[in-house]
Amino acid sequence: MNNYSTFGTALHRLAILCYVVFALFPLFWLLKVSVTPNDLLYSEGVRMWPSRMSFEHFRFVLAHSAFPVFFRNSLIVAGATAVIVTLLASLSGYALSRFTFRGKYWLVALMLLTQMFPLVMLVAPIFKMLSPLGLTNSLTGLVVVYTAFNIPFATFLMQSFFDGIPKELEEAAKIDGATQFMAFRQIVLPLTLPGIAATLGFVFTAAWSELLFALMLISGNSAATFPVGLLTFVSKFSVDFGQMMAAGVLALIPACLFFLFIQRYLVQGLTAGAVKG
Amino acid sequence: MASIDIRNVRKNFGIVSVLHGVDLSIENGEFVVLVGPSGCGKSTLLRMIAGLEEVTEGEIRIDGMRVNERAPKDRDIAMVFQSYALYPHMNVAENMSYGLRIRKAAREKITAAVSNAARKLELQPLLARRPKALSGGQRQRVAMGRAIVRQPKAFLFDEPLSNLDARLREQMRAEIKKLHRDLGATSIYVTHDQIEAMTLADRIVAMHEGVVQQVGSPLELYDRPANLFVAGFIGSPAMNFLSARYEVGAGTAGARLPDGTLIGLSSGYQLEEGAPVTLGIRPEHVEMSPGSESSLRATVDLIEPTGFGIILHLGLHGLPFNVFTLDRAALTAGPTVTVAFPPQHLHLFDETGMRALETSL
Repeated sequence: MNNYSTFGTALHRLAILCYVVFALFPLFWLLKVSVTPNDLLYSEGVRMWPSRMSFEHFRFVLAHSAFPVFFRNSLIVAGATAVIVTLLASLSGYALSRFTFRGKYWLVALMLLTQMFPLVMLVAPIFKMLSPLGLTNSLTGLVVVYTAFNIPFATFLMQSFFDGIPKELEEAAKIDGATQFMAFRQIVLPLTLPGIAATLGFVFTAAWSELLFALMLISGNSAATFPVGLLTFVSKFSVDFGQMMAAGVLALIPACLFFLFIQRYLVQGLTAGAVKG
Repeated sequence: MASIDIRNVRKNFGIVSVLHGVDLSIENGEFVVLVGPSGCGKSTLLRMIAGLEEVTEGEIRIDGMRVNERAPKDRDIAMVFQSYALYPHMNVAENMSYGLRIRKAAREKITAAVSNAARKLELQPLLARRPKALSGGQRQRVAMGRAIVRQPKAFLFDEPLSNLDARLREQMRAEIKKLHRDLGATSIYVTHDQIEAMTLADRIVAMHEGVVQQVGSPLELYDRPANLFVAGFIGSPAMNFLSARYEVGAGTAGARLPDGTLIGLSSGYQLEEGAPVTLGIRPEHVEMSPGSESSLRATVDLIEPTGFGIILHLGLHGLPFNVFTLDRAALTAGPTVTVAFPPQHLHLFDETGMRALETSL
């Protein structure tokens, strides 16, 4: 029995290790190529690490390309989208979780429906709509589109977090003298921080890495986001892998920092002790 | 402190009606217990008083003021929930002071109120702890503390002891009673536990299927239950019921059991000769003395010693029948025993289940 469980644990850990290696390998390759000098990129064959390291790609990307602009644009778009979506989704998710109102069923059905179309179908009509409003080739336009597409899922996500918070807590607050909104802000919201962090993270990454709409709605470098910018490293005759990978590594940084920042809110168990489990 | 008046209050959830016109007047400072089985509407009634459920029809008045349309925060009541409902992200002191803080009370007043309540409930060493670091009984006390710091007009308790183990429940029951004695605040307490109801209440309101069955002091409900439901619900082990027919003669009245035995009654009843009745007797009132006039033979099915006394599960003509006795000789009783029913302890219910009215013989 004991031997079996040790063996089982070992197997379990091994499986996790395999998965982690599998999942992280592309990231490792990204890093490896980004520090490989151009002259060694094709001459050394397949190696796990280049014989000589160089940061020339990073220097070039930061100093001589439009990448800093792409980076700033992406940061603005993803940050604004994440904040707006999370704000709206927490309000709508709360409403769906706590209130019964006319048309609730159809509202939910409608929100689900929007998630069923391949986005490619919508590119043309969206362009047609945004163009007269002057929202093409603008960061605001991207924020609007991303917000619209992320709200349904974010709402469902927030709703499930609100569902997990006992109703009695709000009732207790209301009896203690709070209005519905005060109970939401002072009692429910602090307990939903893990949910808010998860939603922020989810929406931020989605907006950060979105390519399709950014590509279709933006022309020119001034309003391009970084996924679009990565394509500038592909020219007609060659792909500058070294610079592209260096830009990719740099683009990972904000996402990593973001998750580092929110990860403590992602920790569950904040509601422990509220009601008898 | 305040009086609470409930007038013909009804509650529907969609097409389902859960309260069918409840009338109840609660005096200033009174401790009233709403008791009944699950689904009888007692918690719904309490939540309506708190303002957490809308009143479908009728009127609720606190201190003479109609409160139907008032939000819970404007009713100045406090509630203790079954699940405690402590705010997990606040420590004990913050939990208790929340109500005062959002009412913008002065800081000194808050500190004084919290430390006063903490002393009463022996919570001083725990003030800085979060709810998750507390035991069940401690959480319960914090929930009570949160209620008393505000000095509300009335306290509402929604099965506050159901989540505690038996020993702690007994202890907290006594503490609630003591607290009520000290504060003298109007209290409404919902429970399905009839022992809690008996021990705590000034008055008990027994409810069943959305209708108030009887309102009275604990001993009134125990001694003179108004109908079969109250008779069966109040008292543990539960009252025994036997079908019989009412018989009346010159200066005597009795109940004839199906096997022909006549059980003597202490008075006459406003019933027709031969009317079908239900005879009720509490297990603790059955006598195990052979040779009396209206004695019956019963088989012993099971003997349950409780330490304090002994519960005998008997079969009386095939029907289950319980006897509670303090006499340890009962431990070796069997295989048959003789039981007798003292007439002064008999309850008689008519065909509709209502307590039959007595007349002189």
